[in-house]
Amino acid sequence: MPQLPESKQKVKFYQTGTFTVGNRLLEQDQRTVQATIDRSNSLDSGHRACQGCGEALGARFAIDAAMRATNNQLIAANATGCLEVFTTPYPETAWSIPWIHSLFGNAAAVASGIAAALKVKGRNDVRVIAQGGDGGTTDIGFGCLSGTFDRNDDVLYICYNNQAYMNTGVQRSSATPAAARTATTQPVGDEPGNVFNTGKSVPLVAIAHQIPYVATASVHDLHDLELKVTRAMQIRGARYIEIFVPCPLGWGSLPGDTIKIARYAVECGMYPLLEGEYGEITAVTKIRRRVSVADYLKLQRRFAHVFKPGNAHQLEQLQAIADRNIRRFDLISREGDI
Amino acid sequence: MSKESVIQKKPFAVTLDVGTSLLNKTGSWRTNRPVYVDRLPPCNNACPAGENIQAWLFEAEEGNYEAAWRKIMEENPFPSVMGRVCYQPCETACNRVKLDESVGINSVERFLGDQASKYDWKIAAGEPTGKRVIVVGAGPGGLAAAYHLRRFGHEVTVFESASKAGGMLRWGIPKYRLPREKLNVEIDRIEEMGVEIRLDTPVDDLKAAMEEGGFDAAFLAVGAHTPKSLDIPISGNIPVIEGINLLRDVELEQTRYLKGRVVVYGGGNTAMDVARTAKRLTGFTPRVIVRRARERMAAHDFEVHEALEEVVDIFNLRTIKEIRGNTFVLEKMVPDDSGRPLPTGQFEEIEGDVLVMALGQESELGMLRSLPGIEVKWGVVTVNAGMMTGHPGIFAGGDMVPSERTVTTAIGHGKKAARNIDAWLRGESYKTDTKHQIVTYDMLNTWYYSDAPRTIRPTLEVIRRQSGFAEVIGDLNEENALFEARRCMSCGNCFECDNCYGICPDNAITKLGPGHRFEFKYDYCKGCGMCATECPCGAIEVVPEEI
Repeated sequence: MPQLPESKQKVKFYQTGTFTVGNRLLEQDQRTVQATIDRSNSLDSGHRACQGCGEALGARFAIDAAMRATNNQLIAANATGCLEVFTTPYPETAWSIPWIHSLFGNAAAVASGIAAALKVKGRNDVRVIAQGGDGGTTDIGFGCLSGTFDRNDDVLYICYNNQAYMNTGVQRSSATPAAARTATTQPVGDEPGNVFNTGKSVPLVAIAHQIPYVATASVHDLHDLELKVTRAMQIRGARYIEIFVPCPLGWGSLPGDTIKIARYAVECGMYPLLEGEYGEITAVTKIRRRVSVADYLKLQRRFAHVFKPGNAHQLEQLQAIADRNIRRFDLISREGDI
Repeated sequence: MSKESVIQKKPFAVTLDVGTSLLNKTGSWRTNRPVYVDRLPPCNNACPAGENIQAWLFEAEEGNYEAAWRKIMEENPFPSVMGRVCYQPCETACNRVKLDESVGINSVERFLGDQASKYDWKIAAGEPTGKRVIVVGAGPGGLAAAYHLRRFGHEVTVFESASKAGGMLRWGIPKYRLPREKLNVEIDRIEEMGVEIRLDTPVDDLKAAMEEGGFDAAFLAVGAHTPKSLDIPISGNIPVIEGINLLRDVELEQTRYLKGRVVVYGGGNTAMDVARTAKRLTGFTPRVIVRRARERMAAHDFEVHEALEEVVDIFNLRTIKEIRGNTFVLEKMVPDDSGRPLPTGQFEEIEGDVLVMALGQESELGMLRSLPGIEVKWGVVTVNAGMMTGHPGIFAGGDMVPSERTVTTAIGHGKKAARNIDAWLRGESYKTDTKHQIVTYDMLNTWYYSDAPRTIRPTLEVIRRQSGFAEVIGDLNEENALFEARRCMSCGNCFECDNCYGICPDNAITKLGPGHRFEFKYDYCKGCGMCATECPCGAIEVVPEEI
């Protein structure tokens, strides 16, 4: 029986392995939380996210997994942003968990406070998550986030990264990739779209804080995502997970392509899936079927200009970024890797 | 009223009770609607016997071998035989070819067929209807028809002119491809259902036979056993044997006349079988003279391939002009633009001791004389879409009607005829289901399928094949067969991978539990179409909403 290096399964061949959400040929405990009939649906139907919203999907994936891991003893603080707006138009809520809306910039601090209160009350069975978009995390809430890391508060911070301020009309954030068109980085001039060599990688910044656990995940690889959330909930102290969540509205992509785009982002090397512990990168998820950066970009109108005459250098530079990631994080399996 | 009293009476702010977002029916946003569909997998579409291959592989994937076998038996009573002699149009059509290699459908079918004989699984006859059907010919077509008619509850008697049942399966296919115990088990199972097979009983006059036996309908599948002839000037006394007779004599173990250097004339499957048989019996390298070019030979590729492996010399684009003593004069041919071979007037000579003619066979149709309305054209009987001849109640199939002339096609004819006979006996006409859309590779999302190359069946070493009649292609063991079944991508038919249920951003899909698939909650589905994009097997279609 051939071994399947690219799969998380350690069992013999099962048709789709662990790539699909479930798989009737696998043991129950090898299937995902999302495959179960009794998943908690922490973020339920009726929310007002756009068609094909990657963030709505990523949030349900992550919180359902965290609920399973904590035996449903979970409180979430939520920064202002799309996720907050589309789930809780007063007086409705799509959340079926204790949930508090903080300011745009202080979700990490609010969560730290909840964790402190629980500690005072002796409730160490109840766990705390803070969540927000990339704007509330990498820009506005960055100070509070860094403080939570620095104090090693018992909080899992989840950033749903859709690479711009989508809620307010697609403005650039420090997580917006080079060359991308946003409302504030128009595709005009010699260097259209967002500038190169700026922005920040909060996962690497978090690792630099030497906190117990940091990971990046993507909505296209559910097994990987749930493993990381579950892992994070098994650890005490400050933890950070960033989930890659495509935004059909802001990226100019088809609503049905959300998962496909996330898959291509990872499989081209643009969005590496990492795990880090106490200041060191400890694991990477290998690329399974490599695609070119162009394959990834051409599904999104925010990159349409890089395919226009005169902008070929932009495409080359973007491919170079992906190639560097592949080299730097060793994303391609070599002979003998399992 | 003073300003102050208004303030006192009205509250500062109104607090509403928290409600669930479930009140917000986002389904009203939708302009496109996803629907679950069952599409037609290419393997099923290609199967001449109409097997539901995807469905039985689905059962086999879980290790439900008996359920899988019973699924096959709904369409085809010969899985063990099929797993050996079918030329596998299913595997040629398989979408997995474009991912890595086709699923080894044939080897799994063989495994299931052999499981059935190992565990003695049976099929029950249907409730008696009181109707009687005569089947002429106990070949694959006739036996398949008898089997299906018996499942419908009709009484069936099969008339067979030869001393054993099986037709070309026994007399035309050598043992090294189909061990006889495998064939016998599947024929015995049909007999145990109550089908009577009368051996050594040729039917000379069908009308008389039907009247005598009180039969309500007939299915004819006499095959094609009369060799086509060709006049070749022969001087000397070299033995000339008909290929089809040689294969029969091999079966009866009466082949002492086959000695020395055998020359086979013809390029079909019979020619290949004769040459491979001659190799085993004589030890000399047989020579096969074929009029057409290699790529246009009538024999299936794998037969030619296996023959060449066993060292058989094939002379393409040659005809036998004349034979003088042991000298065969061959004329070289060249193909014209359409590929038709034309003579060149150039000759060459080879030596040989025996000539075996394998130029194809015709059907013997004398028994139809007394029946009006039956049309015979180009040596075969004309039938309508329901396999009925021009004479009401007389149906025909297999090699005696216009067809591809393969075992699987004959079995398909038998099934089709049985269904139409059953309907005809009830005064109805058989209606076929409308065909679903065929699944093409671009309808699949193959990222989800694990990489898994095909399990190659063990092949008997060439040296053993050249000298004996042991089965050339070996079996898969259970582990391999299961692996192979699980390579099926389940094209166009939900296999409950939970993808749609898991990846819906609106939680708008209900999982109904094992075996019951899923249901859309159209109250909440916004119509993003992600479920359709991420369905591995193409079982979700997005259609425009009626607005």
